[in-house]
Amino acid sequence: MSVLIYADSNNGALTKNAFEAANYGAQLAQATGTDAIAVVAGTASGLEELGKYGVSKVMHVSDASLDNFDPQKIAHVVAQATSVTGADTIVFAHDYTGKSVAPRLSAKLDAGLVSGAIALPNGNVVKKAVFSGKAFAEIEITTAIKIISVLPNSVDKLEIEGSATVEAFSVDLPSTGITVKEIKKESTELSLTEADIVVSAGRGLKGPENWGMVEELAKELGAATACSRPVADIGWRPHHEHVGQTGLAIRPNLYIAAGISGAIQHLAGVNGSKVIVVINTDAEAPFFKAADYGIVGYAFEILPQMLEAIKKLKA
Amino acid sequence: MKILVCISKAPDTTAKIAFTDGNTKFDEAGVQFIVNPYDEWYALVRGLELKEANGGTVTVLNVGGADSDPIIRKALAIGADDAVRIDAETTDALYVAKQIANYAKENGFDMVLSGKETIDYNGSQIGGMVAELMDVPYVSLASKLEMNGNTAIIEREIEGGVEVIEVNGPFVLSAAKGMAEARIPNMRGIMAARSKPLTVVAASDESSATVIKGFTLPPEKSGCKYVDTAEELVALLHNEAKAI
Repeated sequence: MSVLIYADSNNGALTKNAFEAANYGAQLAQATGTDAIAVVAGTASGLEELGKYGVSKVMHVSDASLDNFDPQKIAHVVAQATSVTGADTIVFAHDYTGKSVAPRLSAKLDAGLVSGAIALPNGNVVKKAVFSGKAFAEIEITTAIKIISVLPNSVDKLEIEGSATVEAFSVDLPSTGITVKEIKKESTELSLTEADIVVSAGRGLKGPENWGMVEELAKELGAATACSRPVADIGWRPHHEHVGQTGLAIRPNLYIAAGISGAIQHLAGVNGSKVIVVINTDAEAPFFKAADYGIVGYAFEILPQMLEAIKKLKA
Repeated sequence: MKILVCISKAPDTTAKIAFTDGNTKFDEAGVQFIVNPYDEWYALVRGLELKEANGGTVTVLNVGGADSDPIIRKALAIGADDAVRIDAETTDALYVAKQIANYAKENGFDMVLSGKETIDYNGSQIGGMVAELMDVPYVSLASKLEMNGNTAIIEREIEGGVEVIEVNGPFVLSAAKGMAEARIPNMRGIMAARSKPLTVVAASDESSATVIKGFTLPPEKSGCKYVDTAEELVALLHNEAKAI
């Protein structure tokens, strides 16, 4: 009857999304009077940290062959853990890993999956955003085992006192047809999907030479940088920074958009942000309709002034 | 090489989102339906490019009713060789995945391609489910796909970077940006599409695992608060929004 959480790790450490998923699972376990158990695959340390998020037990499959991401193997591990613990709810983060593994597990266990949950379930009913954030759906899972993947940065954390015991868990892994040849990490910069604050800019910045002010402001705020599609398409910025319908969907606490008009396709990728600031010379730019705060003006004048104001605030 | 491309019917990006039947059904009145963009731009076009380079066939598959036929014809006009529609009312992702997997297993394909998600339910579920049901690898969010003999060399997005992997044997892939460029069907393609085979097959008897209870629209933003200076903005972000 317990809640099982798949806690993902990257380079030997648990990810921010893993802690969020753990906390979501623990809140659910607390509400239903059961235990939250996490399962971790591959070489990873610091697992007892999960205790601070409400997990009581961590099952660790430390097999190094899991260090290279293979959703087939991880789905197998989570299925074994489900069977051993008798869990009836399984929680993932709705990130790259969750999107690959949760559907496999759903088919493996014939268990209903709601992906991208934005709130704790109400009974068996889970809320998620649909139509690219333009509506919400309440979806009931009708199977005995339920799988939920949680949209990062969407459910408030709850402090839960406690500590977790870490136990070794061994699983016979299936052989699969996937071989990882190379991993190209784009950079050591803050991951765009995990960032609390994102500073984003578009064609209104006039040219790639003006991006220094975007990066400086981002650095001062501990933020990640992003861009609109046209800017990525003309090569001012790398494609992995493109947010919007065809690029990344993000939902930071604060999204600052400078020189982006706010086409519907761009909004689809950022409309989950908690606070949206829009800086644009065109007072009629559609983005202002989705904004919480707006300044009508030139981005390359406002951004440096913001940097100064923030430095002053911190001082 | 036998390539299966799964396509879904989706409302046009700019469609008005409204609901009927006590907010339990999407209101299709006046809505223009399109091939789900990720299925069309990335999965279908890359499938066609691979066929053009290496030979083989591209079959498009849709699970849906007769109202899917126009978008299936569009996929044929872009260049698919033939099409299959599994005649069913789509209830949920697992139900649709079972239909696709049953068909794919019976007919044997070297690869099953689809887009990374549909723009209506944004589930990112079908590909992984189909792969599990077929017991083959699943490569999600792939941005490059090349074939070297029977080995697929694929780049996929992972947290903070890109991973290059090799896959041997059949696989399922979900396509993301970078995979291919959209193609616009020409008049010859549109004419040819009319005579290409579109086979309608009966759905297999499968169950679903989820039910949509209702939809809600997000609350209207209370309105944008305009400020004149950067200092004012920073102060509001700090004191009012508590965002910095």
